[in-house]
Amino acid sequence: MAPRLAGGGGAVSTVGRRLLEIRHVSKTYGSGDSATHAIADVSFAVDDREFVCVVGPSGCGKTTLLKCVGGLLAPTNGDILLRGTRVTSPPEEMALVFQEYGRSLMPWSTVRNNVLLPLRHKKLTRQKRNALVEEALEAVGLTPFIDRYPWQLSGGMQQRVAIARALAYQPAILLMDEPFASVDAQTRGDLEDLILRVREEFAITILFVTHDIDESVYLSDRVIVLTHGPTEVKASIDVDLPFPRDQIATKELPDFAHLRGHVYRLIKREQVESGEELAATLKTATKGDRP
Amino acid sequence: MAAIAAEIAVPLLILAAWQAWTVHANDPLFPRLSTILVQFKEMWLFSQFHLHVVPSLIRIGAGFTLAVIIGLIIGIPLGLSRWGRLLAMPHIEWWRAMPPPALLPISILLLHSIGDRQKISFIAFFCLFPILLNTIDGVRGIDPTLIETTRSYGVGGFERIRRVVLPAALPQIFAGMRTSLSLAVIMMVLTEYFSSTSGVGYVLLISKNTFQLAPMWAAIVLIGVLGYLLNVLLILVERRVLAWHRGWRAAAAQ
Repeated sequence: MAPRLAGGGGAVSTVGRRLLEIRHVSKTYGSGDSATHAIADVSFAVDDREFVCVVGPSGCGKTTLLKCVGGLLAPTNGDILLRGTRVTSPPEEMALVFQEYGRSLMPWSTVRNNVLLPLRHKKLTRQKRNALVEEALEAVGLTPFIDRYPWQLSGGMQQRVAIARALAYQPAILLMDEPFASVDAQTRGDLEDLILRVREEFAITILFVTHDIDESVYLSDRVIVLTHGPTEVKASIDVDLPFPRDQIATKELPDFAHLRGHVYRLIKREQVESGEELAATLKTATKGDRP
Repeated sequence: MAAIAAEIAVPLLILAAWQAWTVHANDPLFPRLSTILVQFKEMWLFSQFHLHVVPSLIRIGAGFTLAVIIGLIIGIPLGLSRWGRLLAMPHIEWWRAMPPPALLPISILLLHSIGDRQKISFIAFFCLFPILLNTIDGVRGIDPTLIETTRSYGVGGFERIRRVVLPAALPQIFAGMRTSLSLAVIMMVLTEYFSSTSGVGYVLLISKNTFQLAPMWAAIVLIGVLGYLLNVLLILVERRVLAWHRGWRAAAAQ
């Protein structure tokens, strides 16, 4: 399916162009008998300006996969290709947003300097740098807090600083690792809408890892469902819901309920299939998912 | 208000007790407090200040500053490198376990100096270890998420040290500096006992050797005051530099 774009009509020409390709990636920690196979064999691609959510049971190696994609971990086998070029170290066209906003922001720097950090080594004029910082903070609605310290802000606002930092970096693709898992439900809804808006505004591609099925369907053009570890791709489901999405209206659509149920059943079946020896993991997985 | 009054009241009570006891005991080894204070004023405020206090302060300042600079230059790379630590730690632990007086005679021979060069080097050497070890620990303790964030944004080299590694380790580096500063005062007195012609430690020893007990006590009081004031000064600097740290911890505690 061609990804649905709420952006301008001019964007259509780039739609379908392959931005990111994950080819038979596997990751094994350790070797011999003590080896842990985190990822068995994962392949999928993300098109330019597509919003892809990756869901899977807890502990299925989603974070490992994202770190491989981001060039922070080397896969044991397989390739990550960004515009056809192999990723071996963190590329300048990618920005990563972690779940632990409190730990990825620098408490000794103001909001401005946190957002500025990755721009300092880019070859930009001072004005351009400041403009990027201010534009990104404007986009996430934090302009009045530019000279505050992160710890003076709420959790949701701190995650918005992390998002602004990623946007100011001007990546082609944003990698997000369960970015809204540590905030309350109300804030989470706001942040979901924020990321949808920002995606249009900055014409950005997003690869979004979550364990929340509702979130994955609500946000994305496509949901990739992973199996329990060692991880493989179980299904790729096109999300054909209209844009702009709305926390109430979209979630009331029969299509939403249908898609959500479909993804949910896939994951549920996955958990049952994964066997009784994983009963403990299963318990935590169910707890993590929204009923 | 009551807290400040209590803080001042206790030392005043101790001083009063000291005065009462020395008057009562009338022991030549323990001159009256009033005699010591008069002596203190005559010597240090300020007729001999430039002769003895200034050289001592210069030695402490230079030795301590040197220790901070060397501690950071060695400590940051060691904190970042596991191999570096494996190679360096046994040596650091060995020298750290060495009692300073054991090295004092040889420091004079090795440095061909009984002047400031030997004294500053000696102070710097023993002040180095608390700063060095705390720098290594502080750098090692940086949150892995923050390290991954800087890596993913391609922040490297000097920029990473300056903006991320050093600030993250700074609270612990300051803890090391406070230990080192009190060591600096100890080392200052110790070096001035040997082959010296100036300094507060020198005055202390000469006064004792010539049975001038009031000047000796005046020197002891001065060393205590100096140590206290230097520590206050460092705490003021720390409060300024680490203002974020107090706010951050207060926010985290909520």
